[in-house]
Amino acid sequence: MIGFNTLLYKELLRFWKVAFQTVGGPVLSALLYLIIFAQALGGHVRVFEGVPYTAFLVPGLVMMSILQNAFANSSSSLIQSKITGNLVFVLVTPISHLEFFGAYVIASMARGLVVGAGVLVVTLWFVELRLAAPLWALAFALLGSALLAVLGLLAGIWAEKFDQIAAFQNFLVLPLTMLSGVFYSIHTLPGVWQQVSHLNPFFYMIDGFRYGFFGVSDFAPAASLAVVAVSLAALSAATLWLLKTGYKLRT
Amino acid sequence: MSLEVRQGEFFGLLGPNGAGKTTLISIIAGLARANAGGVSVMGADVVADYRRARRMLGVVPQELVFDPFFTVRETLRIQSGYFGLRGNDAWIDEVMRHLDLTAKADANMRSLSGGMKRRVLVAQALVHKPPVIVLDEPTAGVDVELRQGLWQFVRRLNRDGHTIVLTTHYLEEAEEHCERIAMLKAGRIVALDSTKNLLASFAGPHPADLEDVFLRIMHRD
Repeated sequence: MIGFNTLLYKELLRFWKVAFQTVGGPVLSALLYLIIFAQALGGHVRVFEGVPYTAFLVPGLVMMSILQNAFANSSSSLIQSKITGNLVFVLVTPISHLEFFGAYVIASMARGLVVGAGVLVVTLWFVELRLAAPLWALAFALLGSALLAVLGLLAGIWAEKFDQIAAFQNFLVLPLTMLSGVFYSIHTLPGVWQQVSHLNPFFYMIDGFRYGFFGVSDFAPAASLAVVAVSLAALSAATLWLLKTGYKLRT
Repeated sequence: MSLEVRQGEFFGLLGPNGAGKTTLISIIAGLARANAGGVSVMGADVVADYRRARRMLGVVPQELVFDPFFTVRETLRIQSGYFGLRGNDAWIDEVMRHLDLTAKADANMRSLSGGMKRRVLVAQALVHKPPVIVLDEPTAGVDVELRQGLWQFVRRLNRDGHTIVLTTHYLEEAEEHCERIAMLKAGRIVALDSTKNLLASFAGPHPADLEDVFLRIMHRD
């Protein structure tokens, strides 16, 4: 257990030592989105009945930040260790693949959740929010951050260069979050695009998290949570198997 | 290849670049998987019983790698933790003292010179007092002072019962320290004997040094 705790502590310390960049930066970006989108679209976009656009936007931005940063943490930590070669310090120790998985995933969830909390705190200056179903919000924050942390770990295992992580981020994570209903309710989309949105796993996380605030969502929260949980289980199983076989980590 | 290093031995693994020394070490350390065959460290199989095998093994890698986020002391504390050790500061202090790292204990890894980083790598391999220590070219690009300090420390560890496996291209170092030597060429052992016997078997009118022996063996076929 000490081995696992130490790796977890090291992973937490890694992003906390550069918190200005790993937490401060993402909070500022989210704040900019809020100001720009709320200012430009505030009067034009119809979302849920009785929910002002700025209030609608905040949970989406919080969840988007949680997801993106959970992914960024595990993927960048692992690829950095691989490229600089210092992953060897972990690989030569008795730490098991399960402990390795747990430490990277929990640390990345922590980064995502800290950034998400930061976004929530600064945006509270701009809008008044209440939590209609806080446990739902918490469940989606935990499972969503875990899912992206695992995806980041998978990307980090597979990638051999920083460019490949950037490609993962720019061509998968970013479009899927942007098109998941952070900035709009999918009910305002034409029929076919509503259907397409249902194929996007990020939609369920954003939509379910938002339910925790307004008690209203595009999709039933229990079904959304099930989609996220199943995705998490499948992705975790695949990643654990790769770690166990040493794929791309042990030659 | 089949090779047994005896407990408490100071063993040399020599061979030209590409002979397979580092590959062999990687297999011992669990960084690489063998296509066939097996390796055990003090009786523990490096795949089936990897946790026990890795606890017995300290590897100083050839590449000068480090984690830029931490200080020397943090690095050594974290490495201890990976091996399940907490409150290891007394031993960490002792290792740092022997490797002349004490003054740099709170310096960030990034700020250290190459030689200093090399010392930290040695210290990291020793945090858990492994009975078997593998040094993969530990003196490559290292100044005289550190080389001497390092050998003094390694010899002391060997006297205290630690098994040492060394690879090096500086054959005079191998000749001076190793009791037994295996020479590798293209993944095969082409010579395996005590240093004394190897030197004696190639002595002509003049006593041979290990460099002569090495060159003659490598060009034998």
